[in-house]
Parts: sequence; C-alpha cells; structure tokens
Amino acid sequence: MKHNGAAVTGALMRRPIRRVFALFLLPTAVAFAIGFVWPFIWGIYLSFFNFKTLTLKEFVGFGNYAKALADPSFFHSFWFTALYALISVVLINIFAFLIAFVLTKGIRGSNAFRTVFFMPNLIGGIVLGYIWQLIINGIAVKINEMNPPLINLNATTGFIGLVALMCWQQIGYMMIIYIAGLQNVPIEYVEAAKIDGAGSWRILRHITLPSIMPSITICTFLTLTNSFKLFDQNLALTDGEPAHATEMLALNIYKTFYQSSISKGIGQAKAVLFFLVVVIIALLQLYLTRKKEVQR
Amino acid sequence: MTGVKKRIHAGPPHQSRVNRVLTAVFCLLSVVYVFPVAVVLLNSFKSKNAITLSPFSWPSGETFVGFSNYLTGVSHGNYPFWRSVLYSVIITVLSTLLILIATSMAAWYINRVDSWLCRAFYYLCIFSMVVPFQMVMFTLSKTADRLRLNNPVLISIIYLGFGAGLAVFLFSGFVKGIPLEIEEAATIDGCGPIQTFFRVVLPIMKPTYLSVGILETMWIWNDYLLPYLVLDQNKYKTIPIHIQYLQGSYGRRDMGAMMALIILCLIPIVIFYALCQKYIIKGVISGAVKG
Repeated sequence: MKHNGAAVTGALMRRPIRRVFALFLLPTAVAFAIGFVWPFIWGIYLSFFNFKTLTLKEFVGFGNYAKALADPSFFHSFWFTALYALISVVLINIFAFLIAFVLTKGIRGSNAFRTVFFMPNLIGGIVLGYIWQLIINGIAVKINEMNPPLINLNATTGFIGLVALMCWQQIGYMMIIYIAGLQNVPIEYVEAAKIDGAGSWRILRHITLPSIMPSITICTFLTLTNSFKLFDQNLALTDGEPAHATEMLALNIYKTFYQSSISKGIGQAKAVLFFLVVVIIALLQLYLTRKKEVQR
Repeated sequence: MTGVKKRIHAGPPHQSRVNRVLTAVFCLLSVVYVFPVAVVLLNSFKSKNAITLSPFSWPSGETFVGFSNYLTGVSHGNYPFWRSVLYSVIITVLSTLLILIATSMAAWYINRVDSWLCRAFYYLCIFSMVVPFQMVMFTLSKTADRLRLNNPVLISIIYLGFGAGLAVFLFSGFVKGIPLEIEEAATIDGCGPIQTFFRVVLPIMKPTYLSVGILETMWIWNDYLLPYLVLDQNKYKTIPIHIQYLQGSYGRRDMGAMMALIILCLIPIVIFYALCQKYIIKGVISGAVKG
C-alpha cells in the first residue's frame, strides 16, 4: 500500500518538475556542452589532423600519435612525471597520516597546528611556485656560494623543489581527510583490543589502518591525479628549465601547443594520450585500493 | 581538581611526557611551515639585489627599503595591479554565484526526474572531473573566442561548463539525502516546482552551498591557465596572470616587486582563511569524498 502511494505522489511531483526543464537543467547543460563536451569531442577529432591554424588542416590519421610517441621530450616528461608522482604520493601520504595520527591523540595546541598546516592549500600554484623559487635558490646559494645549483640550472634542484613545494601544499589537505577518517575509527574496537593485550603497533596495523582504508583510497587518488596534472607550480617554479629537463607532462603539452612551431595536431595527440594515462592510472589505483577495502 | 582528572584520562605519567615532546616537535614543524612565507615577507622590505644575493638575511641599514617595493609592485609595467585585482574579484564572484545557482538547480532536477537522460548527464559530469584541462585547453579557448565569451563577465559561462562536474556531483549527493516527504508536503500545499525548490529545498541545502561555494572560490581565484587562454590578454589580466607576467615580460624581473606582490596576494587569502576556516575545512572534507 505504502509503496503504491509513494509511486503516485512520485509521479505527481515528477510531471510538473519536467515542465521546468528549460529553467533548471538547460542552463547547466548548455554551459557543460560549451565548456566540456564540445571541446572534448573536437579535441579528439583535431588530434587526427595536421594543422597550425584551424582554417588549414590536413587529415593524417594516427600520424600525430606516432610523432608524439617518437618525441623524446614527451617520453622524458612522462618518466619525470611518473617518478615525481611516485615520490610525492608516498611522502605526502606518510607525513599527512603521521601528523593526523598525532593530532587526533589530543596533544596541546592541536587546532593551532591544524590551522598552520592547512594554510598553504589556499595559495595558488603560480604564487606557490615563486615563493619556493626564492627558498630553493636561497638554499642553493648557501650550499655552494661559488657555483650554486640554482633551480633554473640544475634539474636535481628542480625536482627536489617540486617535491618540497607539493609536500608543503598538500600535506595539510590530506591531513584533514585523514583526521576525519581517524575520528570515525570505532573506539570500542580499540578498547577491546587493549583489553586483549594488543600493543599500539598491533592496534594501528589491525584496527586503525583497516578502518581508515576509504581515507587512504581518497588521499592516494587525489595526490596521484594532482601529481600527474600538475601545471601551475611547474610553470612558475622551473618552467621546465634547464633545457626541458624538469618539464612535466602538462607543461610539455602546453609548450608543444603554444611555444613551438610544429603542428598543433601533435600537441592535441599528446593531450589525448595524457588524458588516457590519467584515466588509466586513476581507474587502476581505485581498483587496487578498493579491493583492499572489501578484503578487510 | 580538573587537572587531576585530566591526568587520569591521559593515562600513565610517561605518556604526558610523550605528549609534551610531540608538542615541541610540532611547534618546530610549524616554524618550518611558516618559514617560506616569512622569508617572502622579510624580503619584500629589502632591495632587489639583496634578495637574490642573500634571501635569508635580516634587512639591515643599507638593504632595507621600506615600502618602496610595494610602490613599484603595484605600478609596475603598463598594467596596474589594481585592475588585475578588480578582474579577479569580478570573475570569481560572478562565476561562483552562477555555478552555485545553476548546478544546484540542475542537480535537484536530475535527481527528481531521474530519466535515462538525466543519468547520462550525471555520469558525464563525473567523467569530466577526471579529464585534465590540457585535453580541452586549445579547443575550449577557440570555442570561447568564437562565442565571444572572452571577457570577465561571460567567462563565467565557461567556468560553469568546465566546473559543472564537481558541483553537480556534490549537490546531487546532498539532494539524495533530502527526504521526499518534505517536498511532497509542499506540492500538496500547492507549491509548484519553482516554489518548492526556492522555498523548501534551497534553505535545507544552505551548508552545501557554503561548501561548494568555498571550493569553487578557491579554484577560480587561483586559476591561471583557463583565464590566460580564454581572456583577451591585452585588456584583462587576473592576479595569477599578473604575477606570471612579472616574470616573463620585463627581461630580468624585479624581485622586490615580485615579493611585494606575493605578499599582497596572500593578505586576502589569510583574511578569508581566518574568517571562515571552519567552513573551508568542512568544504574540503565534503569535496574530497568524490573518490
């Protein structure tokens, strides 16, 4: 009976709502088509053409993809990005978890610490890049005054700078998510384990970590995709110097489009490949950590 | 009395010693965290040569230049800083408001009507969150040019389009949790869909508006590449574009002006953070659950 009634009122409500389609859904749908769907489809289409301006284009099939894959700078940026992503994902998540763990133990001044650690998140990528350029170059001068390994001269400095910047920016964000996860760990489990004589390490390993698996999934997903998509910080901090050595994928694509005279079709093909890489990595990561979530 | 109680709860005395050590370690860590911003602040009062030579030294008699970096910073080049601030404010406010109104209505509509078309739209939105901007940057900027959306007012349509994914997703999550009975009661009382949405649903969603609004504000205020590619650069610059131009267009850049402008950029952010820290952190948590 009740079910029937719900269906009746459901239809009663649904019909008048359908009539306001033009006001409620249409604006967002049109903007979404302009701002995402059409550029996306057009982008895939253009990746099969050789063009510098849109009026003169020539169909080349998969030629742009072949050229993109044969470009050593594209390959270098892929491995540079992958190595960078691996290191920053590990560092950011370990530090964010440790800080969150300590802060949820209720040490004095927890709120103040949380406020300080989160703050860099609000600063935009370009500004962050220039702040860290000053710091890294300052340290470089301190290390070797005669021949400082400045950030635009030394690729290792650039790499360390990028990792340091990202840790500084993202640890606070991930910390917030881990704190939210840790606050939901059922206290009864921890107490029961204590009574059974489990030490802190075993509680952490067998109760805390499995309970916050969803937070770990989210944080690794976010840090991984953020690392692969990184652009502003890269542009401001190193601009790919020296000689494209610190160029990450997004910056490499940008430079192919706007700072070189080769066909823009190659840039678009690189962008499609980049999109595929990001989607595959995101799906793979979600699949792997979700499997852990089910297993517990 | 309360002190004794606390001691009992904190466990054996050695644990409170551990806590004290941890507090000390975290104080040190906080200093490390504040250090980069403090160095920039310090350098904004130093002469430009002193900044490059010894960024970590305290401003002394000959390197201290007072507020002169700030004066050069705001009037540097042929594009005054206040105009960038103005455009940043216009773009951020208009786009955020448009996103909030349009996507909340869309999210309510697709959840209540729930046809296959609505579901397709919803999954497209989720898909769009994973797509990197570089995938669409060229075609998007060309589309914006053709449709004359390349000014600070109409760019909000581009932001609505590219930012719809996350906003629709977050609003949908909330709409699903609203009990249908409330809206049914409103319908029976004679409210049409428009009234039901604005008088019943919108007030319930206030906390979600705040969270989504904060996330969108943070994104648009700091965004560099989208406005750089979409807007007519001779007429309109935003703050991040202005900072990036400082680096690019004057050959050897003026480090003093750069430091001063960075500090000017940080002031509104710090004020914003101080005023609504609680909501920002809530917004971050709700935005993060998108995995």
